[in-house]
Amino acid sequence: MHWIFEPWNWYIAGPLIGFFVPTLLIVTNKMLGISSSFEHLCMILLPKEKHPMFNFNWKDSGWKVYFSGGIMIGAYVAATFLSSSKVHFLPEQYYSWSGYATLFAGGILVGFGTRYANGCTSGHAIFGLSILQSSSLKATVSFFIGGLLYTFIAHYIF
Amino acid sequence: MKNLIYVVFGMIFGIILTKSEVVSWFRIQNMFHFVEPHMYLIIGSAVVVGAVSMQMVRRMKLKSIDGEELVIKGKPFHKGFIIGGIIFGIGWAITGACPGPIFAQIGAGEYPALFTLAGALAGAFLYHSTKSKLPH
Repeated sequence: MHWIFEPWNWYIAGPLIGFFVPTLLIVTNKMLGISSSFEHLCMILLPKEKHPMFNFNWKDSGWKVYFSGGIMIGAYVAATFLSSSKVHFLPEQYYSWSGYATLFAGGILVGFGTRYANGCTSGHAIFGLSILQSSSLKATVSFFIGGLLYTFIAHYIF
Repeated sequence: MKNLIYVVFGMIFGIILTKSEVVSWFRIQNMFHFVEPHMYLIIGSAVVVGAVSMQMVRRMKLKSIDGEELVIKGKPFHKGFIIGGIIFGIGWAITGACPGPIFAQIGAGEYPALFTLAGALAGAFLYHSTKSKLPH
């Protein structure tokens, strides 16, 4: 069982994520997705009358706040009890004020982009593609166009 | 109490994301630089297994454990899927985190990810503030 404590191979993790989709659906009748938790967190953090633009059906996304909290706890468990050695997920340069500013700016793009695209890697790339939605395929291809384009430009400029 | 089940599912998802390191900035860099196939294989195999199992769920007309009809809805396409998708992709490459992994990075102790989350909330707010002026 010692593989549990090493980084998991793709052929373990990929199918587990795939099975997660119907399991979540059958047990809770919810479609996998995370990015609308951002809107819901905004609703919790800001007084309601301050942002009348939030007139979407935000009650539907309440479960995602609990789900996101669970992800945090799960990640803590994985990093603390299920890892044989400390694994770093962010590079050292992000542990600085310029790093925080970069992450904040990148975070704005993540929040704005996923809400504009009505979904993220979970909602479109995993769930949407699993139910064979062409709109989710277009979104997923766009995610990669953006990421590859930025990587290419950053590689040749910086 | 009924929300506890979502926390449990979140924990399982968080453990899978963290142990497979899809929450790692380094893995995301390796994906966009085509250094290793790890991320592509995970997303690809997840979609194949997800698609086959969802087809079975539909063909067998399964119901939820509460006996309800399953809610399986696609999302209607608009221009934001492309424009917003590209914007998100850029943010993904910069932060090394899509929405789920932002929460996972924080849980795994990478505290700078709190800035990513703050940015993401600001971004979601910005979208809703400008929504009526954006092409859809």
